[in-house]
Amino acid sequence: MSILDYFSAILLAGGVFFSFTGAIGLFRFPDFFTRVHAASVTDTIGVILIIAGLLLQTSFDLNIIKLLLILAILLLTSPTASHALAKSARHGGLLTLAESNRSNDR
Amino acid sequence: MTEVLIDLVLLGMLAMTALRVIFLKDLFAVVMLFSIFSFVSALIFINLDAVDVAFTEAAVGAGISTVLMLGTIALTGRTEKKNSHSSILHLVVVCVTGAALIYGTMDMPPFGNADNPIHQHVAPRYIEDSPKEVGLPNIVTSVLASYRGFDTLGETVVVFAAMIGVLSLLGTARPTNKRATPESGLAKHRVLHVVAKIIIPFIILFALYVQFHGDYGPGGGFQAGVIAAAALILYALVFGASFAHRIVSPRQLEVFAPLGVLLYASVGLVGMIKGANFLDYNVLASTAAAGQHYGIIIIELGVGLTVFAAMLGLFYAFSNQVERSNVQ
Repeated sequence: MSILDYFSAILLAGGVFFSFTGAIGLFRFPDFFTRVHAASVTDTIGVILIIAGLLLQTSFDLNIIKLLLILAILLLTSPTASHALAKSARHGGLLTLAESNRSNDR
Repeated sequence: MTEVLIDLVLLGMLAMTALRVIFLKDLFAVVMLFSIFSFVSALIFINLDAVDVAFTEAAVGAGISTVLMLGTIALTGRTEKKNSHSSILHLVVVCVTGAALIYGTMDMPPFGNADNPIHQHVAPRYIEDSPKEVGLPNIVTSVLASYRGFDTLGETVVVFAAMIGVLSLLGTARPTNKRATPESGLAKHRVLHVVAKIIIPFIILFALYVQFHGDYGPGGGFQAGVIAAAALILYALVFGASFAHRIVSPRQLEVFAPLGVLLYASVGLVGMIKGANFLDYNVLASTAAAGQHYGIIIIELGVGLTVFAAMLGLFYAFSNQVERSNVQ
């Protein structure tokens, strides 16, 4: 294994770690907004790390451009999707955990 | 080994999604699960090296049909009706049918065996002769557009007929008020506006690429039409339907859909006039290979036009109906 392979393995492992924590958070976090937060971690840092790891695995050819395009599209659309999800939940009147606790205390 | 493992995991996910779809009463969640179902089956198709099918499944099943089903839910309501009568009889019928089907598969040849009839019959001929006869690198396109051109014409007509059926049920979209402003869409979603404006040109460009590169890579008229329709549906969702109507009006769609079918069928007629069979492209140009190339490009264009018009027309019909019911 060359040194690039080691770097790639570290990046891929990091990506898998963040995707995995995102998945756990999606199940274990207490309310909707924290769950969206956890899921969007998978979309951003997880994707960046995995694609960076894959970039180191390719030789310099068309695949690099394809991977970078995938990265660009995902970085543009996934946070937008998370934003739209959270915003429409807000629009529909969903309160965050802190807010609903406060209104319960009153 | 790895592929089998991936297949098993994906099939397990597919089965779990299907079970959730059966037992959930919240139709909104069911629609989302259907979308996931389509994505998982697209992954399975990719694992089976059927990229063209996976492409279609992802574009149609996960993309457009999700939007259309959401439109239906907006019209009908979000929860399933309570089923009052007992369903023992249904269960028995379903179990008997399922058992019969499983019994039927006993006689099927083993999965993936090279001696299976499907691998012995026409497939070797397509693989060996299509580079000479049709000359396209993508054999799937050669089979779909040339060898099975008549079937594909039928499929295009089915899409067209589906559009006619839905439009005759829901009514065509009426001309909308010309005074609509950007505020009528998702006005407060500044982020969505900006991102949609960035992405929509690329979606349309990609649709054109898929349309005209279908001879060489995965893709073709069906996928391209759906992707182009998805771009306009995104535009309509973010900015409001009246803005989308200004780009492609419902009236134009009613022209495009039959035009695509006619374009397809007229290629066949030209072949007949030149003295060959219906949809025989060999006589369209001086050499057979060039004729095949022309024929396939034109019929793919016809398919793309019809699919685009049908998908967008369905969406317009649903959104128009939703708007009308919101007004009342």
